[in-house]
Amino acid sequence: MSCSDHLYRNLSPKEVSRRWFLRQCSVGLGSIAFAQLLTERGYADTTRPDPLAPKQPPFAPKAKRIIFLFMAGAPSHLELYDYKPQLAKFDGTLPPPDLLRGYRAAFINPNSKLMGPKFKFAKYGKSGIELSELLPHLSKVVDDITVVKSMVTDAFNHAPGQLLMNTGTMQFGRPSMGAWALYGLGSEAKDLPAFVVFSSGKKGPSGGNSCWGSGFLPTVYQGVEFRSSGDPVLYLSNPQGVDAAEQRETTETINKLNKMREDITGDPEIATRINSFEMAFRMQSSAPELMDLSKESKETLDLYGAVPGKPSFANNCLLARRLVERGVRFVQLYHEAWDQHDHLVEDISENCRDTDQACAGLIQDLKQRGMLDDTLVIWGGEFGRTPMVQAATGGVANGRDHHPNAFTMWLAGGGVQRGVSIGESDDLGFNVTQDQVHVHDLHATILKLLGFDHTKLTFKFQGRNFRLTDVHGNVVEKMLA
Amino acid sequence: MLGKTPLKFFLFVAILCVLGLEVFPRLARTQNATTAPKVDYQKDIQPILEQNCYSCHGAAAQMSGLRLDSRQAFLAGGALGKIVMPGKAADSTLYKRVAGIGDLARMPFGGQPLPPAQIELIRAWIDQGAEIPESAATYAAPAAAKTHWGFIAPVRPAAPQVSHKAWVRNPIDSFILARLEKEGLSPSPPADRVTLLRRLSLDLIGLPPTAAEVDAFLADKSPSAYEKQVDRLLNSPHYGERWGRIWLDAARYADSNGYEKDQPRRVWFYRDWVINALNRDLPYNQFIIDQIAGDLLPHATQDQIVATGFLRNSMINEEGGIDPEQFRMEAMFDRMDAIGKGMLGITIQCAQCHNHKFDPLKQEEYYRMFAFINSANDSNIPVYTPPEQIKREEIFRKTREMEALLQHQHPTWQADMAKWEEQVKQGQPEWTVIRPVVDDMSTGGQKYLPQQDGSFLCQGYAPPQSHVKMSVKTDLANITAIRLELLTDQRLPLGGPGRSLRGTAALTEFKAEAAPADAPTKVTELKFAKATTDFEQPEMPIDPIFDDQSGKKRVTGPVEFAIDGKEETAWGIDAGPGLRNQPRKAVFTLAEPISFPLGTILTISLAQDHGGGEESDNFGRFRLSITNSPGATADPLPKEVRDILAIPAAERTPLQVQTVFGYWRTTVPPWKTENNQIAEIWRGYPEGSAQLVLATRDMPRETHILTRGDFLKPTKRVEPGVPAFLHPLPQDDSWKDGQPTRLTFARWLAARDSPTTSRSIVNRVWQAYFGIGIVATSENFGTQCEPPSHPELLDWLAVQFMDQGWSLKKLHRLIVTSATYRQSSKVTPDLLEKDPYNRLLARGPRFRVDAEIVRDIALSAGGLLNPAVGGPSVFPPAPGFLFLPPVSYTAKPWHESTGDEVYRRGLYTFRYRSVPYPVLETFDAPNGDMSCVRRARSNSPLQALTTLNEPVFVEAARALAAHTLADGGRTDDQRLVYAFRRCVAREPNPAEKVELLGFLQKATRRYGNGELNPWDLLGGNAALAPLLPKHVTPAQVAGWTAVSRVLLNLDETITKE
Repeated sequence: MSCSDHLYRNLSPKEVSRRWFLRQCSVGLGSIAFAQLLTERGYADTTRPDPLAPKQPPFAPKAKRIIFLFMAGAPSHLELYDYKPQLAKFDGTLPPPDLLRGYRAAFINPNSKLMGPKFKFAKYGKSGIELSELLPHLSKVVDDITVVKSMVTDAFNHAPGQLLMNTGTMQFGRPSMGAWALYGLGSEAKDLPAFVVFSSGKKGPSGGNSCWGSGFLPTVYQGVEFRSSGDPVLYLSNPQGVDAAEQRETTETINKLNKMREDITGDPEIATRINSFEMAFRMQSSAPELMDLSKESKETLDLYGAVPGKPSFANNCLLARRLVERGVRFVQLYHEAWDQHDHLVEDISENCRDTDQACAGLIQDLKQRGMLDDTLVIWGGEFGRTPMVQAATGGVANGRDHHPNAFTMWLAGGGVQRGVSIGESDDLGFNVTQDQVHVHDLHATILKLLGFDHTKLTFKFQGRNFRLTDVHGNVVEKMLA
Repeated sequence: MLGKTPLKFFLFVAILCVLGLEVFPRLARTQNATTAPKVDYQKDIQPILEQNCYSCHGAAAQMSGLRLDSRQAFLAGGALGKIVMPGKAADSTLYKRVAGIGDLARMPFGGQPLPPAQIELIRAWIDQGAEIPESAATYAAPAAAKTHWGFIAPVRPAAPQVSHKAWVRNPIDSFILARLEKEGLSPSPPADRVTLLRRLSLDLIGLPPTAAEVDAFLADKSPSAYEKQVDRLLNSPHYGERWGRIWLDAARYADSNGYEKDQPRRVWFYRDWVINALNRDLPYNQFIIDQIAGDLLPHATQDQIVATGFLRNSMINEEGGIDPEQFRMEAMFDRMDAIGKGMLGITIQCAQCHNHKFDPLKQEEYYRMFAFINSANDSNIPVYTPPEQIKREEIFRKTREMEALLQHQHPTWQADMAKWEEQVKQGQPEWTVIRPVVDDMSTGGQKYLPQQDGSFLCQGYAPPQSHVKMSVKTDLANITAIRLELLTDQRLPLGGPGRSLRGTAALTEFKAEAAPADAPTKVTELKFAKATTDFEQPEMPIDPIFDDQSGKKRVTGPVEFAIDGKEETAWGIDAGPGLRNQPRKAVFTLAEPISFPLGTILTISLAQDHGGGEESDNFGRFRLSITNSPGATADPLPKEVRDILAIPAAERTPLQVQTVFGYWRTTVPPWKTENNQIAEIWRGYPEGSAQLVLATRDMPRETHILTRGDFLKPTKRVEPGVPAFLHPLPQDDSWKDGQPTRLTFARWLAARDSPTTSRSIVNRVWQAYFGIGIVATSENFGTQCEPPSHPELLDWLAVQFMDQGWSLKKLHRLIVTSATYRQSSKVTPDLLEKDPYNRLLARGPRFRVDAEIVRDIALSAGGLLNPAVGGPSVFPPAPGFLFLPPVSYTAKPWHESTGDEVYRRGLYTFRYRSVPYPVLETFDAPNGDMSCVRRARSNSPLQALTTLNEPVFVEAARALAAHTLADGGRTDDQRLVYAFRRCVAREPNPAEKVELLGFLQKATRRYGNGELNPWDLLGGNAALAPLLPKHVTPAQVAGWTAVSRVLLNLDETITKE
């Protein structure tokens, strides 16, 4: 604003300056600079009971932390893990009517023609686990993973399916697996949130942030979204014109005044506030340090296919390793790209190019750092895909609909078997025929690996004890090492 | 044997769990307390049994003949005899078996042993006499729950006697003081006047007092000075905002649909209805009735219909391929949950799947209540602000006047109209409705639900672009034309007939092909000679909301656009505000009649490509017919008029006659001038907004008990009704044909003899003032609720509230004028140890304000707050990436507000359920996924980062600095007092002054000596320096901005003391 501004032309310069002073000094959002903070200060570590204090689970845990690679949109088990030569044979024919009794599909008429697998499979490693040609990197670490080909779920729409996989129910408002883990185990990360979420791919997850919500658990247990470029955490950078020293001075002054107020009011909640400001300040330096991949060796970057400064699923996998190294309990990477109602061949190939190397790299990296033993890595989506075709574009047979009756996930490290394949589906990959693992069973098993009896990790809410597995779930002993 | 410490510790942990784990560190000291607490069966023992024993010794199974979930059966014991010997744990089977004493297998059989603390609790309970209160509800003895205090309507108790009578200002104080005296505690002294006014102001209007308001209060020496402030604040329009937000939590209000696409919705009229209802102190019982059944009230007003938005705040799943019925049911369950928690104060959702485990609520009873709200349609109506209402009335009046004038000037109009009617009744082609089968592969995820009249209702996902194909076999010979009727429906946006935001639709291309029934593959594409319609829309470019990023110049216009073979053009039906939501029709006349001797397979495809982004322009309800009449064209008469003509003239109502006249006059050539004038008037029709509401269905919907809540497994059909353990339905004029209606249910919810309704709301009001309700579990007054801290006070308040006409304002006045409320909130270590959660109220409340108010305080301290009340939600600055993939599922509109709109109160911020506004989310604002009657109150580093660094908070700091330097006095000392008061109302003490002035000096020095650039912090341009007032330097402004940041970040600033 200036005196020549048409809005102020008839005002005295004095009045204009006063108005500018009152308005302009307050308006205008200074762009957020990326401020590197100096070293953290030695704040006195108060020993206050803290809902995030590390806790020992009732049983010796096999996994101390979890990285969940959530393949949102639901990848096709038939193109990746569950090879069905019979399906190829029956390509173009209708499925047996018995199979379809009571079956509901999202988009297609269930009575649609079968479509054979679109890719070649081969056996890999000592274990001889069969994998698709789309997974050349995973094939190299196949002896380190447990493949579960007998997953089933109750949902066949994305949002309810993702909620079920994350919270044990299709409804909104329940705590996610990560929140339960924090509730049971607390956090070992001093300067970082204990439950961190990344998102890559074409879109965000269908379940929105309820996928990592805390539900009725205290909100400190909810996942914190990190971004792989810019400020990793919202409002992490100092305002423009405030350097690290100034921010430190500010925080210290706030805390001194808060301490004075605590002495007057006697309210212990103020001490918690003081802690929060201290941790916030520490996070301002620890989070950018965490995100800086430039210090990683070329070998490591190449292992993942990560490129510093270029957001990708690969970068997120490497960041996940850096996070768990720093004591973060639960990391979840969403990669939403797998909903192939059409263009299956092209899109799933692209997805695998974007994710296969990084997934395998993560396992290798954790292994060579000796962290795979107590870090559980989980790979999977919310459901599978139909053996029946969905010809969505121009009538070309090149897509599959949502399918809850059978799908594949894999797990690695953290107390699960290595080089094992569990469960089978029928010749069409339609129903599970052996060792069915429901989502609730997976949850029960994950909690077991973390050192919990899933029926005992409960929280009383609305007059009832709630748990991740609701009233269901059986530990899948075959998965355990 | 375990000592007392672990037992105490277990209790401590149990309390923490119940209270949502707000950990108060000094509680740990209670470990040293000596008296053994009484073990409470319902609180301490029943949960252990429930978790560990009921699955084998409960309703489903009674291993060894033993059942523990019923008091009677428990006491009777099992096949091995009685399991408890009151007073003798060591001899009691229950204790021995869970402790692993003796030869028999340890219980729980095959499971982990109970934790020692739980075993110890069981031991202590038996030793204390093994009392099981009658009120311990079970399946077997639901009658016992009849005696649960929460299920018996409150009766006004007498205020108790107290020793320290002088302290008592109103009966609330007697109840509080009596308990304090019993515990050997005394109340705290009154809070100082400044603290008290700030507390009162934050509580009643959610904003801190200005310095001027504080000064006026301090200067007012009259005995009623405080009461005057209470009245001032209760009369403020911000009162409705503050308390409305609390109700909106219970009503799970949000501005989007939820689930993956999470599209915006227009429901702010409901939000404003809540604010206004509270501001005019609508009696709470009426407040409830309007929200459940406002539409059923006689001569329901727009306001009363808007109120039913309460029920409609459920989420809507628009994911492709869903079964709409599944998510309609999810929404119904959500509504039941909101009614249960928000109005009844009873958690009822368990009974969705089975009989309630603890409360005497049967699954059947749940579905009987469900039946009341199930038989309604989810509707979406146009709504208008008061000025818009006036404008509409004026249009209607002018139209009526002009039509009356025409009639007056043409006395023969009735005869002329009758003649016209005879003419237009002639020669109507006979149409045969066809009921084609939709090709599932062609729907794009939209569901085409066949209706009784042969039409399809489109529900579920609305694809922006779709090419649906449908086929039917017909025996009609010589088909000459196909008619497409677009129909309105309550369930469509603004009544439809389309599914766009405005209820419009566009048809890009209409295609048909025919094949002989005996040779279905011999397909012929049909050619059309012409297309006709009853509404010709002029050509116009599509609205930007339908942008599909294709860059094509897409238009809508006359019906021929549907058969011109061009994908850029479509038939449009947008007749403008007030006229667009009408049934329409198009007739496509074949170039040659078609049919085959053994029948014809007709395949029709509708290309609807004029949507874009996430906005569809699809049909919402349509019907297809065919004819063999030669030369059939579209009936020019609107459907409504044609329908009236079918009624014998003598039986028509005056309104129907007027409707026919309203159309007929447009066909009379000499009235062209008048017709044009009326059309011109209608061009001023207001656009209005929309609101999701409930509407009555023509055909009642049946309700069934659903096995485990699965909508695919209906069993027994149920009639509307209420649970037997609660009060009976009122017998009044709301019954229809001997059946209770939704209005009966609404009145039942708000009935004076309801045991929970009044208690539930007074308890939530109490909770807002004191942090915890008299019943801590404010969503649940059932048998599993926390025992009330002051049961008589709760009942007294509940009865008083009803006696005072369910007036919330009177309730507020009562609470805030009590001595209890006015106490100082300072706490001594001794008191903190005795009463860590302040349940006894020997002191005033002190806790962090709600999320929205955290922001409101910063804005008002900075003088930025825009106090406007109501209106569409606003979009304050937010990191844009949050609303874009891959963080958000879709790109969500976030058109950042400009000007003063940025500084509206927090409750007006647009709420996307899947991407909540981060500032509010960080401070525990619920996102509207489900009803919330008790917010969490966390204290996290992310909150610190927000208040330190979020742009609007920084802006507030700059503004506060500017005001301080302009108006805060001449010395830094004076300025500090000024700025400090704007944040916390009081003046700084000497130690605080020293600290802050020292900080100011250092900061100002750094901004002055070039270490830091003041203009960076000021967000401005150094060239503006000459504009600063003479005595002020940029370093000074920056220094004060730094001080302001400190002040805005103080715990006290965002805390009610």
